[in-house]
Amino acid sequence: MMAPLLDLITGYWWDLRDLSNLSRMIYGRLDDWGFPDWSIYVISGMLGTLGIVSFIGGVAIINIWVERRVVGRMQSRLGPNRLGPFGLLQPVADAIKLMQKEVLQPASAPGLIYTVAPIAFTVPGIAVFAVIPWGRHMVLASLDVGLLYILGMSSLAVLSVFMAGYSSNNKYSLFGAMRVIAMLVSYEIPIVVGLLGVVLFAGTMDLQGIVLFQEDNWAFMVMLQPLAFLIYFFAISAELNRTPADIAEAESEIVGGYHTEYSGMKFGLFYAAELINAVSVSAIIATLFLGGWWMYELDELVPGWMIFIGKVYGVYFLFVWTRGTLPRFRIDQLLAFAWKWLTPMAIINVVVVAAEVLVWEESGWSAGFWIPVFIAVNGALTGALVVGFVKFFAPKFQRFPTRPRFYPDIDVPSLPAVTGAEFMAKGGQA
Amino acid sequence: MIAENGIVIAFWLLAATTIGCALMVAAVRELVQAVLFLALTFVGAAGMYIVLSADFVAVVQVLIYAGAVSVLMTFAVMLTPAADRRNSETVFQVPALVLAGLVLAVLVFVTLDTDWAISDRAAFSATAASLGEAFLKPYVVPFEVASVLLMVAMIGAIVLTQEDEPPPRRQEGE
Repeated sequence: MMAPLLDLITGYWWDLRDLSNLSRMIYGRLDDWGFPDWSIYVISGMLGTLGIVSFIGGVAIINIWVERRVVGRMQSRLGPNRLGPFGLLQPVADAIKLMQKEVLQPASAPGLIYTVAPIAFTVPGIAVFAVIPWGRHMVLASLDVGLLYILGMSSLAVLSVFMAGYSSNNKYSLFGAMRVIAMLVSYEIPIVVGLLGVVLFAGTMDLQGIVLFQEDNWAFMVMLQPLAFLIYFFAISAELNRTPADIAEAESEIVGGYHTEYSGMKFGLFYAAELINAVSVSAIIATLFLGGWWMYELDELVPGWMIFIGKVYGVYFLFVWTRGTLPRFRIDQLLAFAWKWLTPMAIINVVVVAAEVLVWEESGWSAGFWIPVFIAVNGALTGALVVGFVKFFAPKFQRFPTRPRFYPDIDVPSLPAVTGAEFMAKGGQA
Repeated sequence: MIAENGIVIAFWLLAATTIGCALMVAAVRELVQAVLFLALTFVGAAGMYIVLSADFVAVVQVLIYAGAVSVLMTFAVMLTPAADRRNSETVFQVPALVLAGLVLAVLVFVTLDTDWAISDRAAFSATAASLGEAFLKPYVVPFEVASVLLMVAMIGAIVLTQEDEPPPRRQEGE
């Protein structure tokens, strides 16, 4: 029944399953009108950029509402609900308010760095989208080193956070900036080494190539590389400054961190860039670990870019979920987590993956045999490592701590000295 | 025509940016500003590599130099008590000038001495895979020696900065 309907659209420009048909028609027209070759190259780049930037602009507006509503729901609050249906117009009102606000700047702040910092913070999050594939023929720049490009861009964003914190000439801003740098130095290593496992399996750093590898082998990378997924997810949420790891702008400790002195639209840019970065990281996770635009046979019927956006929002929900439910780490806990857990696990992961790839190549047996084996082995290994870490290395859970746990030397008045056994003996009442 | 001259225009823009930023590194008085201009210089050099169709080297330049080395430099500036905000006069100005002059002389000599032949082969299509092959097959020994050297440098830094008496070890949990 579907076949005649599909014949009606396949290959024509109105075939929405692949927007490259539309752009190919535009290039064909331009070629007919006698435009030179290089102008078609420029126009195709501009069309792709326009599409990506308008997507990001829309997402940055909508996600304010999504994030506040979802977190509100998780924390038994209402969230924005006054302006428009379900409060949908709240982000528009927020944006207008931010634009109208007077921009205050410390008199002692060096003007250029202070002004450039929010712009330099926004650009890398948008630039990452250039290499992300949206469909089988829909990728703006198919770089051979796409994954490294993404890592380089995300490391540039951290420098601009430092620019903001330093140029504000405020000690809380500087605390926030130094915390960001300490975090970057720690978390860059597990991110890069963790993603090395993905690259080893796929055999390419081109993001489209990684998606095609998942399509060829009929398995999402998250099944093959659950440990790399966990490492990347934890580490990148630290780089994103989102709540389980938002020590760079911890409101209760250092006012606003690096953007304490920013107001008006300059603050608005930081706020928007944080949402954009969250979306771009979700897009990276969706591409690397969840198959990007590929979804078994579903991408034959549903446009690949719709599947991709759906996956992006699925991952984004995970980020909102962790933000809405987890308390904030302390900075020493956060850095210890990176060095003592994420980095060793990432190295173990790379060694295991390298051995598996070697076995796969040398044995000459087909992927149909090895992929299920690797899924089982890596899944079991990840489970064992996580459970083993919690059993042997994590601090023991105490419902009623009798003394300070991390700083036993500090002299404090005794805590409620009730052990669990005493508590139960009293009939469960302290 | 833009199609033929695009690469030349890109080269001159990048060269102007890189050299301008490099001059600013020496000209600005504030150390952190100098580090930020240095990061821009690194990005300009990465652009040069892209013009030379060395995509892997370009991206690694951004990742390591602009991303990591400049961050380490800001770290060093912030942790150095003697580095005041206005970079003041030091006794090292004359030796530094001499050293910089010598480096410049060597570079100029190498530039003039080299026979700059224009290659007639096409641009590289992709360099990452062949670089990896080269590092792990014919040049595996130099590659490993360089890794060991970096490792030794890291351990040396830890040993040099270690305090004699380690701080009391913190106990976690019971």
